[in-house]
Amino acid sequence: MVNTKIANASRRSFLQGAAGLTLGFCLPAIAAPAGAGKAAAPAGQPFEANAFLRIGTDDSVTVIAKHLEMGQGSYTGLATILAEELDADWQTVRLEGAPADASRYNNLFWGASQGTGGSTAMANSWDQLRAAGAAGRAMLVNAAARRWQVPAGEITVRDGIVSHRRSKRQARFGELAADAAREAVPASVVLKEAKDFRLIGKQAPRKDSVDKTNGQAQFTQDIQLPGMLVAVVAHPPRFGATVRGFDASAARRVRNVVDVVQIPSGVAVLASDTWSAKKGRDALQVDWDESRSFKLGSEEIVARYREMAKSPGLVARRVGNTEQAFAGAARIVRATYDFPYLAHAAMEPMNCVIRLSERGCEVWNGEQMATADQSRLAAIFGLTPEQVRINMLYAGGSFGRRANTHSDYVVEAAQIVKAIGGKAPVKLVWMREDDMRAGYYRPLFHHALEAALDAGGQLTGWRHRLVGQSILLGSPFESMMVKDGIDAVSVEGAANLPYAIPNLLVDLHTPKDIDVPVLWWRSVGSSHTAYSTEVFLDQVARAAGKDPVAWRLELLADHPRHRGVLRLAAEKSGWGTRLPAGVKGTRRGRGVAVHESFHSYVAQVAEVTVAADGTVKVDRVVCAVDCGIAINPDNIRSQIEGAVGFALSAALHGEITLKEGAVVEGNFDTYRPIRIGEMPRLEVHIVPSTAKPTGVGEPGVPPLAPAVANAIGAATGKYPDRLPFRAEDLRA
Amino acid sequence: MLQLKVNGQPRQVDVAPDTPLLWVLRDTLQLTGTKYACGQALCGACVVHVDGVPARACLTPVSAVAGREITTIEAAHQSRVGRAVQAAWRKLDVVQCGYCQSGQIMSAIALLGRQRKPTDSDIDDALSANLCRCATYQRIRAAIHEAARSLA
Ligand code: FES
Ligand code: FES
Repeated sequence: MVNTKIANASRRSFLQGAAGLTLGFCLPAIAAPAGAGKAAAPAGQPFEANAFLRIGTDDSVTVIAKHLEMGQGSYTGLATILAEELDADWQTVRLEGAPADASRYNNLFWGASQGTGGSTAMANSWDQLRAAGAAGRAMLVNAAARRWQVPAGEITVRDGIVSHRRSKRQARFGELAADAAREAVPASVVLKEAKDFRLIGKQAPRKDSVDKTNGQAQFTQDIQLPGMLVAVVAHPPRFGATVRGFDASAARRVRNVVDVVQIPSGVAVLASDTWSAKKGRDALQVDWDESRSFKLGSEEIVARYREMAKSPGLVARRVGNTEQAFAGAARIVRATYDFPYLAHAAMEPMNCVIRLSERGCEVWNGEQMATADQSRLAAIFGLTPEQVRINMLYAGGSFGRRANTHSDYVVEAAQIVKAIGGKAPVKLVWMREDDMRAGYYRPLFHHALEAALDAGGQLTGWRHRLVGQSILLGSPFESMMVKDGIDAVSVEGAANLPYAIPNLLVDLHTPKDIDVPVLWWRSVGSSHTAYSTEVFLDQVARAAGKDPVAWRLELLADHPRHRGVLRLAAEKSGWGTRLPAGVKGTRRGRGVAVHESFHSYVAQVAEVTVAADGTVKVDRVVCAVDCGIAINPDNIRSQIEGAVGFALSAALHGEITLKEGAVVEGNFDTYRPIRIGEMPRLEVHIVPSTAKPTGVGEPGVPPLAPAVANAIGAATGKYPDRLPFRAEDLRA
Repeated sequence: MLQLKVNGQPRQVDVAPDTPLLWVLRDTLQLTGTKYACGQALCGACVVHVDGVPARACLTPVSAVAGREITTIEAAHQSRVGRAVQAAWRKLDVVQCGYCQSGQIMSAIALLGRQRKPTDSDIDDALSANLCRCATYQRIRAAIHEAARSLA
């Protein structure tokens, strides 16, 4: 049995409370006291066991989710953890998005900040929600014991029913809710052992499936408030350009357009409906001041980065002595790789609804960084953060875009509200083109690698140089995650290369004069470092005459979890067996990659067919994942499947191109996610584990592109050195 | 004033005739299940049925569908095929963010309406107009087969 102590910071106020019960509570590992001040409910009101759980007299069990549901299954996962310890009936469990309140709902890995990202939702909630569920259960049990005058130790709970076998009594949660609200919060709780789990590790159906299949799920895009205006904004044609002047006469003539206002990020047209606002925006004549705008194209940036890669950068990791290793090498292998800017292109373009009133500011949005956005809004409106109320909605994808360290689109919505003096609620809507051209891309990167092999074919040296913009410089995370000039997320996946190589050097150039806004994109640094390291390793293996799987296993002797997923993926994919030939003229190959990100381990084996003209079709991908205890195995499979498709979109087609500073791509005709016919057959296998759960939203992304590239290499002898793959590089 | 017939109900709307059906459904009639994602007939998030045939509402001027039978996701459950598709989607937990799924489901219903036993390649053809940025494609295929089985 596991004992977890609960520090009840507000026990006294609870006991004295008169109007509603919200107990803040926290685990001993958390230094900060939980939110205080709890007013409390009279009898008959729902039982608010703590900040994460409310039980209604109608038996409903409401789990308060502090993390955004953007598709990754966080709501279902959070509910599973809590409902397991509560012994709730899964059917009665529902979810509610938490308000923005860092005192109760912070991400435990982020300090005093509430947010969703870095695949942390399950990992940071695991202990917290187990304790929350167990505390709620204990209070229900104590209430039943008091009512029935029996020892609490004889009471059992299952599927939302509290029973005492000897006296043949039982009660539903709802019948005990009012009494439970008057029970003391237990000082410590006993958690289940894994063998007793009834929901964790089983198939708990998604909680958002019904609403997302009947059109009822509420996204920001769907919010309509009385008197609300829709705003569509004319943004500058290049980053850094500003408004010199504008002519709104044609825009104002559009039916239903009610206002046109200048804001720091452009000119906003407000109308009573979306289409009119868009028509008005398109009719605007804006004179842009481009004197300080950024005017380089992608090609010039790549050329500049290649030049920079010729000189040493700041050292991110050094092991042994690479000078010596390369001087004494029998053979040196070299390669470079180029990665483009990538847009998140969530299906729901960015948007935000804000209403200002005497009481403060109310926001409707899917928030990945709720409390950071809250403080920014408070500053804009001259309010306290508590006066900014955020209603959490589903997000139609995000992939990192809604975790903007500068709150770009949220601030834009606020500036519009401010410009009209708060006279109406505003829904800011970005059209697809606005969304795609607004920046905050996965940064463009250039990598250069060299490996030294000795006469026996042993890998003795590895040098890896990266060139690319920093995401964290100038962000609130800078002090925490930029050390000695090295942005941790620029080199993650490269500096912590797991392979046993005696001499290793990883260095980094961070250009500071490229004014393209950049941001984390699903799997962040690993979205490029997994590619360069895993493809290069295959190229070196080929030079050394080694089998890619066997050699990796050998070099990963000290990394059992890497080995575990690698072995499983190799076995399930039939590694080492002959791949059936494709139709005449095509070339087929199988490739592997393994990568750890966000403390989860994923290996993938891809099978590809390369046509004579160089086009690539991915036929099958076998994935193995180790993310600790599998809270919801089906959601893990679903996330890895989605990650494969997301990563494949980038590998086959994904590229944001700048021409003289302007973004070329605007919609899905030029920035192409894969379509259904391009989706490979997929298998996802989960390594059984007793380790604490870690994330699955991102870790499926990094190994895909290198596994496919290595399959292409096996099929053609050519390893793509720029992304996305180009048919002209792979012609027979 | 334009006369529309949406989900079996007569509706009168006072909008510019060139307004895309999408915005009339979403902003005027508050039927927000039909989504905007590209506005250029590239993604299928806005698929509805016009006289039973899938149409992309973002490029369909409302004047072109006056008097015709318009069906949106909100009425998907009114047909047997619609119910089967929704049930299959739920059974297999197809959705992730869910934003594309109204369009996926409307395309799937139209496919099963004309072809009771589609193959993988029939599905890939019929659903090729529908993007899913979360890449739920493998489950979409499986759910359409599942719905087909339940209708057999
Ligand atoms: S919004 Fe109509 S096809 Fe994309
Ligand atoms: S479920 Fe997210 S776009 Fe399809």
